Amino acid sequence: MAETARNVAQADPAPQLAVENLHAWYGESHVLHGVTFAVKPGEVVTLLGRNGAGKTTTLKSIIGIVGRRTGSIAFAGTETIGMVSRAIARLGIAYVPEERGIYASLNVEENLMLPPQVRPGGFTVEQIFELFPNLRERLASQGTKLSGGEQQMLAIARILRTGARTLLLDEPTEGLAPVIIQQIGRTLARLKQEGFTIVLVEQNFRFAQSVADRHYIVEQGRVIDMIANDELDANHDKLQTYLGV
Amino acid sequence: MFELIGITPQVLFGQLLLGLINGSFYAILSLGLAVIFGLLNIINFTHGAQYMLGAFAAWMLLNYAGIGYWWALLLAPLIVGALAIVAERLLISRLYKLDHLYGLLLTFGLALVIQGLFRNYYGASGLPYAIPPLLSGGHNLGFMFLPNYRGWVVVASLTVCLTTWYMIEKTRLGSYLRAATENPVLTEAFGINVPRLVTLTYAFGVALAAFAGVLAAPIYSVNPNMGADIIIVVFAVVVIGGMGSILGSIITGFGLGLIEGLTKVFYPEISATVIFIIMAIVLLIKPAGLFGRAT
Repeated sequence: MAETARNVAQADPAPQLAVENLHAWYGESHVLHGVTFAVKPGEVVTLLGRNGAGKTTTLKSIIGIVGRRTGSIAFAGTETIGMVSRAIARLGIAYVPEERGIYASLNVEENLMLPPQVRPGGFTVEQIFELFPNLRERLASQGTKLSGGEQQMLAIARILRTGARTLLLDEPTEGLAPVIIQQIGRTLARLKQEGFTIVLVEQNFRFAQSVADRHYIVEQGRVIDMIANDELDANHDKLQTYLGV
Repeated sequence: MFELIGITPQVLFGQLLLGLINGSFYAILSLGLAVIFGLLNIINFTHGAQYMLGAFAAWMLLNYAGIGYWWALLLAPLIVGALAIVAERLLISRLYKLDHLYGLLLTFGLALVIQGLFRNYYGASGLPYAIPPLLSGGHNLGFMFLPNYRGWVVVASLTVCLTTWYMIEKTRLGSYLRAATENPVLTEAFGINVPRLVTLTYAFGVALAAFAGVLAAPIYSVNPNMGADIIIVVFAVVVIGGMGSILGSIITGFGLGLIEGLTKVFYPEISATVIFIIMAIVLLIKPAGLFGRAT
């Protein structure tokens, strides 16, 4: 499988996001030990793996909020490894953190309007309300007074406004009811249709299977395998070993 | 009624006005401290010295450049705010990742240096600064005499405090500030320049102190020690109100000024310590302060 992955990557000269030999540290603790993977424009890929494998740290490294990182992260050909996070975001990458990162000291409208536009052509507020009608009713509420599902929608909605076309989503379905997960899934399908590039960290691999093109398996701070979505069922046993489910 | 409790209305309202004046300064100064502490996590012990710098800037503008009170009210905060930008970029910004104690030592040391320099050049006896002609004189309100300038101080302070509150709680820029205060890392990951926001916030908090200094210049004389005298009380006000609470510091500032004034009427012996007594009680009952959120 890894062989096919390399062939696919080589066939495309310009990946949207190319991570190579990425190492990252939290203080003294060495968390990533050479992560390598690539995402093509318009592709949805997931990072799968057990807790503590380094999936979240990989996303944080891409957006530039890990203390120390080495290796290479090229975004649309621009090397970002030495850049501060606000400069990386300005290139057109947007991030939804684990736990959603909704601000308690801001109301829903302020949360929605907070991230500055980094590229023209982001969703208008009206388009966002079409996608997530619940938010319209709750604009004046304190951000963290929303339900978990609404907070997740708000976290996605606010980055769609920015015009960024590459999204990093850290466990968008965590702790949500199935009906909300379906709504998030429909949203991601629509974004994929509109050509967004998405890197998704997921524990819920049924959900991952429903939205992604390819899956990278992360273990002990490295990418150890790649499975194309249509080969996921054939590789069920292998996947179970990887994820320990 | 006033005869019953043995005081005249003149005394009561006179002291209440004095309390309100002191409260005006407590409110502006503790508001600046609260804004700075909220975003920078630095307890700005230079605040008193910066308040003094505001008064001196007004005095210097008048005596060296012939620029009067009204322009000083605008220019002194800008000048002292610009100095604050230099101090933040050059010194304070190096401490954000360290313990609170380092920030305290640095800002306290800076205050001593600034006060020492001014004492050296201008002495400790104080320099006069006249009340602007427009605000001299006063009104007899029947129950008391209200000097115009003192009325102006209360109005100006309230206006500045409420405008600051509005800016922080209700505007786009304020939402950036609140977001950066709550989660600076994520806020920066959205592409917002948090370090610049931090620098400007420090400058703004310090400019508030300088504005208070200009307001104070005609009331108290312009004196290198004026900041050191008031800042200890202001820190008590901040502790009572709750570190980092915007509206809390405004309400607490005015409220404690009034309580201090009332104490001067009814039990003058403790008027100098009443704020510290209240601080001790508040710390016992609500350690995070009246308006503070426990963290």
